[in-house]
Amino acid sequence: MDSFSTLIGGIAGDGINEAGVTVGRLFSHLGYRIHMYYDYPSLIRGGHNFSIVRASNKKIGAYKDMMDVIIALNQDTIEKHKHRLKEDSFVIYDSDRIRIDGQKTKSCGLPISQILKDEDAPPIMRNSCIIGGLCRVAGIRWQILEMVMKKHIPKQIELNLRVAQRGYESAVESFKIDKLDYPIYPILTGNQAIGLGLIKAGIKAYIAYPMTPSSSLLDFMARNASNFGLSVVHPENEIAVMLMAQGFAYAGQKAAVGTSGGGFCLMTEGLSMAGMAELPVVILMGQRTGPSTGLPTYTAQGDLHFVLNAGQGEFPRFVVSPGDAEEAYYWAGMALNMAWKYQIPAIILADKSVCEGLYSFCPKDADELQEETPAFWNGNGKYNRYMYSETGVSPLAFPPTKGQVVKVDSYAHDEYGITTEDPKITSSMNDKRFAKERAMTSYLENFETVKIYGSGKIALLTWGSNKGACIEVAKKFGLTVIHVLVLSPFPAKKLIEALKSIERVIDVECNSTGQLARLAACHDVKINEKILKYDGRPFSIEDLDVKLSEVIA
Amino acid sequence: MNPKELGTYAKNTWCPGCGNFSILNSMRTVLTELDNEGVPLEKVVLVSGIGCHAKIVDYLNVNSFYSIHGRTLPVATSIKLANPDLEVICFSGDGDSLAEGLDHLIFAAKRNIDLTFILHNNRVYGLTTGQYTPTSPKGFKGKSTPMGTLELPMNPPELMLASGATYIARGYTHGIDLLKRLFKEAILHRGFSFVDVLQVCVSYFNMYETYNKWVYELKDNNSSSYEEAHKIIKSWNYNDSELPIPLGKFYEVDAPRFDQEFPGYDIKSMDRDVMIGEILDNFI
Repeated sequence: MDSFSTLIGGIAGDGINEAGVTVGRLFSHLGYRIHMYYDYPSLIRGGHNFSIVRASNKKIGAYKDMMDVIIALNQDTIEKHKHRLKEDSFVIYDSDRIRIDGQKTKSCGLPISQILKDEDAPPIMRNSCIIGGLCRVAGIRWQILEMVMKKHIPKQIELNLRVAQRGYESAVESFKIDKLDYPIYPILTGNQAIGLGLIKAGIKAYIAYPMTPSSSLLDFMARNASNFGLSVVHPENEIAVMLMAQGFAYAGQKAAVGTSGGGFCLMTEGLSMAGMAELPVVILMGQRTGPSTGLPTYTAQGDLHFVLNAGQGEFPRFVVSPGDAEEAYYWAGMALNMAWKYQIPAIILADKSVCEGLYSFCPKDADELQEETPAFWNGNGKYNRYMYSETGVSPLAFPPTKGQVVKVDSYAHDEYGITTEDPKITSSMNDKRFAKERAMTSYLENFETVKIYGSGKIALLTWGSNKGACIEVAKKFGLTVIHVLVLSPFPAKKLIEALKSIERVIDVECNSTGQLARLAACHDVKINEKILKYDGRPFSIEDLDVKLSEVIA
Repeated sequence: MNPKELGTYAKNTWCPGCGNFSILNSMRTVLTELDNEGVPLEKVVLVSGIGCHAKIVDYLNVNSFYSIHGRTLPVATSIKLANPDLEVICFSGDGDSLAEGLDHLIFAAKRNIDLTFILHNNRVYGLTTGQYTPTSPKGFKGKSTPMGTLELPMNPPELMLASGATYIARGYTHGIDLLKRLFKEAILHRGFSFVDVLQVCVSYFNMYETYNKWVYELKDNNSSSYEEAHKIIKSWNYNDSELPIPLGKFYEVDAPRFDQEFPGYDIKSMDRDVMIGEILDNFI
């Protein structure tokens, strides 16, 4: 068995996300690497939510369509996911509510309503009960579930445990999940990894207006504010968010913001100001299905060119798109370092799959991340905020600096920071800003901005969250995967190098026009075929497998 | 220090006779006085939006953030949060903060954050050469409203009183002593201070004669009374030109401030890596 997939489904309000995380933790304690996909509509109660938890003995970052176990808290879960059942799949369900007549699969019904009634437990504990049943069915020791629940359930733990135990006792062991001899890794979402990366690199302020799929980073930062001395602000709108970040930067505090496409639209005037005023800011831009409100809780990669070109005028920016939790952690911290090293906006271009997807986080898989010290003013002579230099980077000073004046300006300005319309200064200041881009491009040559996996004459060219599915499927077909991590400044040299012995390039993206392909084409990279998905769902392993078979055939 | 030292080499491009000169001169005097009285100049940060008003930051050799149209307050808010020791003074126009950035103005007052906000209220767009603003009187014939505007003006002090500002005053660019007094009071007040300055635009909306005829300075008003402040503020609505226009301090009270209550975590001996390790353990 290369992996084991469990789906848990119910209505919004059943705690399906948390239940999925609990299932993930159980497998994690058995030594498996986890990936969880959480699917939910944009509503608070009702609807149909489900989590797919996939466990493997290898690092994974994608889900499979077919399930080994389906855990059903309502009838909908059975009806909507029947097609995911294989001959040897197992269904665990609430027998007080659900009928599974006609299903040929092995199953185990638990009298959950009765158990909750007996124990006088609230409805939210149905998932504790059914997860208790899962443990028994799958031969997972009770002690593991008890430990996981005790650690992670803050309220009414005794009652939760009693309900889970009743579920456990009502079920029958039907198969056994082997325990693997691997370390137990923490499991976290991409947003949590981004938060930790920013913290590690010395973030001091996080400002955001809630918007899926970035909101959980705001939650994470607010919850950890006191641990790390963070200023966390939720202001009136994204316009204020973007401007506030730059006030923090002006005063010398490293700041980041988070949003999705709609909020980013509002941030663009501020983004352009960051470019002109040379103020460092990090933006988490979590893509979801557009245009406009689109599918608020589903994924997409439709904003690449928007992010690359957002804001009036021309100015350098750093854009990186992590493909899993380790990359999210490392490159979020790097984005903060780059923003301050070059005094530019740095964008973490993620999507719902990475932001809210759950991954086993292996610290060893993440590159070593350090807080970098930006170029500070040495205190000699008169301070000029926009002093010319070879790299275009002017040393930083912040108010109050005794006897000195720190002036930043959104207008074209001279070295001191006073507005000007002088043609010479206008063009030389533009050159100064683009000197920073050249310096950044050469600095980035030391980093793996383009990652290559496997070998083969055919390559899948991809970015962001498609990484997991691409690597896994490419292995089966004997293909190379070229995963472009940094999108601005575009690592053309590295990409061309990676394509040297490649005969055929297949572009894989979650958008309808092939935005990375278009970007690569600007650098004379020829794309032979495209596999594009734009239904709001990430590529599953089978999805990509089928589409790739068609393309290659 | 002497006010002249506060100048810069920037060429002043305001129209001759512009009300902004009075605001600039008053601010120079006040900042000099404050520097001599123990508020060192390097602790002062000026923030502006975009418009004629905003040029003031180029003309003062003081720390400044020349922001974008309507966005003075979010910038100023976070500078204050980042370093509460800084004295942050905002300059904004009526188009700037009452049209483009009204949300920020209401929120700044709602938070009662310790900022000083000077409204260069010329009641017309100057840099874009003469369109109506939120404080232009009804019927104002501007370039975008050649037949006259169809809407009543806003009453900014009334809006500020309702939103939670704790210092509200009005000055006039033809009365520099009062302006200086109000600016100094506003800066020294702890909380959100709002000074509406009737600033004459000589090129597009010259109100000198009307203002000179109708303004009067308040005496002995009880500025700690919300009701009295409200009554004074309502006595002129920016629309009728045949009503007395009160100047002076309308309102001043103490109230909890956002910057004061904002959790400033001063973690000196924090071992970040240990804490990150603990968080990761909690994710197991």
